Amino acid sequence: MLKCRTVWKKLAPLARASSTLCRQNVRRTALNNGRTPAYVPVAHMSSGPAGGGRANQIYVLLVGAACVGGGVYTYRTVKGDGQRYQERIEEISSRPIKTQDSYIQTEPPAVEATETEAVPEPEPEAAPSSEEPSPPAADVEAVIPPETSEAPPETSEAPPETSEAPPETSEAPPAAEPVVEAPPDEAAEPPAAPVVEEAEPSAPCEPPPGELTEPPAAVEESEPSAAAAEPAEPAEPQPEAVAESGDSVAASLKVPSHAPYLLIGGGTASFAAARSIRARDPGAKVLIVTEEPDAPYMRPPLSKELWFSDDPSVTETLRFKQWNGKERSIFFQPPSFYITAEELSSAENGGVAILTNRKVVHMDVRGNKIKLDDDTEISYDKCLIATGGVPRNLQVIERAGEEVMQKTTLFRKIEDFKELDKVSRNVKSITIIGGGFLGSELACALGRRSSEFDLEVIQMYPEKGNMGKVLPEYLSNWTTEKVKSEGVKIISEALVKSVVSKDDKLEIQLKDGRLVKTDHIVAAVGLEPNVDLAKSAGLEVDSDFGGFRVNAELQARSNIWVAGDAACFYDIRLGRRRVEHHDHAVVSGRLAGENMTGANKPYWHQSMFWSDLGPDVGYEAIGIVDSSLPTVGVFAKATAKDTPRAATELSGTGIRSESETEDTATSPVASSTPAPSGSHKDEYGKGVIFYLRDKVVVGIILWNVFNRMPIARKIIKDGEEHSDLNEVAKLFNIHDD
Amino acid sequence: MSSVRDEGKDRIIFVTKEDHATPSSAELVEEDPDDPYEERGLILPSGEINWNCPCLGGMASGPCGTEFKDAFSCFHYSKEEVKGSECLEHFRAMQECIQRYPELYPQEDDKVQKEQSSETEPTSQDSASAETPGADSTSATEPDSDSMPPNTKGSGES
Repeated sequence: MLKCRTVWKKLAPLARASSTLCRQNVRRTALNNGRTPAYVPVAHMSSGPAGGGRANQIYVLLVGAACVGGGVYTYRTVKGDGQRYQERIEEISSRPIKTQDSYIQTEPPAVEATETEAVPEPEPEAAPSSEEPSPPAADVEAVIPPETSEAPPETSEAPPETSEAPPETSEAPPAAEPVVEAPPDEAAEPPAAPVVEEAEPSAPCEPPPGELTEPPAAVEESEPSAAAAEPAEPAEPQPEAVAESGDSVAASLKVPSHAPYLLIGGGTASFAAARSIRARDPGAKVLIVTEEPDAPYMRPPLSKELWFSDDPSVTETLRFKQWNGKERSIFFQPPSFYITAEELSSAENGGVAILTNRKVVHMDVRGNKIKLDDDTEISYDKCLIATGGVPRNLQVIERAGEEVMQKTTLFRKIEDFKELDKVSRNVKSITIIGGGFLGSELACALGRRSSEFDLEVIQMYPEKGNMGKVLPEYLSNWTTEKVKSEGVKIISEALVKSVVSKDDKLEIQLKDGRLVKTDHIVAAVGLEPNVDLAKSAGLEVDSDFGGFRVNAELQARSNIWVAGDAACFYDIRLGRRRVEHHDHAVVSGRLAGENMTGANKPYWHQSMFWSDLGPDVGYEAIGIVDSSLPTVGVFAKATAKDTPRAATELSGTGIRSESETEDTATSPVASSTPAPSGSHKDEYGKGVIFYLRDKVVVGIILWNVFNRMPIARKIIKDGEEHSDLNEVAKLFNIHDD
Repeated sequence: MSSVRDEGKDRIIFVTKEDHATPSSAELVEEDPDDPYEERGLILPSGEINWNCPCLGGMASGPCGTEFKDAFSCFHYSKEEVKGSECLEHFRAMQECIQRYPELYPQEDDKVQKEQSSETEPTSQDSASAETPGADSTSATEPDSDSMPPNTKGSGES
């Protein structure tokens, strides 16, 4: 005991010094099969027990240091997470509650028209149908004027009405039932009914929520039951729900309290599901609830086509030219496709309604209902979770402070596109962190602008080349050269250590010492799937891939499906995975919609994806395309014709709009030898790359070869072992155009 | 001649046109035409119309979806000599509905005709989409444009 203590006292400073030395040495000597660091053997040989004691001390110290380090890290992370969570919650609660305007999906004149029509009608219509509802109808009439933004003095009429209303309320619900049986016959009633519910809560809190919301609640609940679609609809939560919504007056006016098909999230997957449901279930009523202010739109053009548009007002119109030359908007459908949320319950043939600027904060799976951020509850029969994800950020940026955060863009939504477009016109230097699809596409898009706007575009990433995690090394290197020729300064093998704001510029310090000065940062470092609802809903979250864990039919629980970026599903052919591509969102959304209407089909039609990096590099891919897998690439000897643009012009299909100046770029590039790409003289003009897992093709890239995706899909579906992949490559006729 | 090179785990093969001139010896699994999991074209094996076919764009799911389905079903099951002659009322209703949404259905006449012609040649999913019957140029009902592959039309049908 004592001996140990004295030994320890003697050795403590040495042990401490040696432990740091040890740690450094261990790293260096890691490959020496655990040979102990240089310092210790000397001591060991000279003094037996003391040396052994010293080695022990060092060992204990190392372990202790590791534990302490681990503890500190864990504490910091948990704290940081807690902080971030708090910030998020604060941000959400501080978000102003939007007013009526955000709900109206159809053109305002149309809504106004329905309202002004409905105003004179309820009176004459209501009278013949029944006596009971006429006081509520008169109530309605009095309250409607404030809704159609006529003089506020009208609202003073509401209070006198309220004294009449209470005696009515108890009668109103049962009376409203037979009344509402009649409405489907009368054309005017349905517009009156939704107007009723929207008008009532608008009278600012004067009428006690209870009685004025009773008639609409009754109207509402009998409407769907008259439509005879949903047996499971609970009558009780409804008046409660609507009463609650009556409380939160300003926001939740137009929210239906029940939606047979409820889609959480308003992106690609959600829209595809809505379309699928409507196609298969005649008269289906679909409600989409989205956090964003926009109707469903497609994302790929935000990082590609929209940047190449010649139209200076593209940030407003959001229109682009497709591969077939036709122009279209990024929105899947114009606003007239959708019906308003309040029309949903009464729409005879159903429809798709959207609630924008609403976040679902709680999901009650047992009660089949969800709660919005304004406390409104909506019950459902079938629900789809298509919440997508949120762009990840680098920790160093998050911790770098407000000034840095303000000059950082996390790119995903329309507003991010608009912001980045504006920024790119006003700054001198933009740095994109991330070398994957989004980062590379944005780099190319901005790179093309660099000459126009005197803009320096830098792209930095930890991998060796662009798409380093997707393309095999030789192809990644080749692609990187192409990106450079688009005017992008590439900084590869770059790990960001810190970012500071200095003299109105951002200084990015890399771990290897390099310093990059820039005006604005775009972080394209991945997507965090949005599984906020997992907790309240009690749904499983996948630990490997993230996202909600669902089965092969995209089902999480009995009435709950998940599709799109947020779904970690079982692919019968390729195993469990989570895919973050546009086509997958369409395929999975469509499949979810089919299964929500009883199809019971598994994920079978393999989705594909594509990317274009400048005029020379365009590829389509399908399946698992991971650069860590062994690959076999079969390339045609390149000619000047092998570019996406050239190939498609020949085949008669137009690619996205490209200016005439691209013409000159293609031939020299295609035929020249890219010196930096290494020793090989051949150009990777076009070809097919197979990704293998246990000798089976699990992924295919069609490199500058188009219109062959069905063959690729078939090969993956077969899942066969092919002995000679060159023979398989023949199926693609890569030499033909 | 083809050249083969290995770079670590990646194999690179360069082939000339002649190398690929001989037919492929790779064997593909035979397709089952009744596979329930497969994506279907416009007409299902049972003879019914596949309303979820991407080739229909948004026709069956939009505001005029019901009218469209009625008209098209009537036409599809029509046994008259002049196919669809008894369906005029349905088509008129559909036309009326379509006219109420000019933004969604800008070229009404072309579309109706295309529907009828695509009906008479039940095509596979891929080729049906090629002509995009029933799609409007400005609105987003084009099936291939939904999934937006750069050049492939066929694969866009997801």
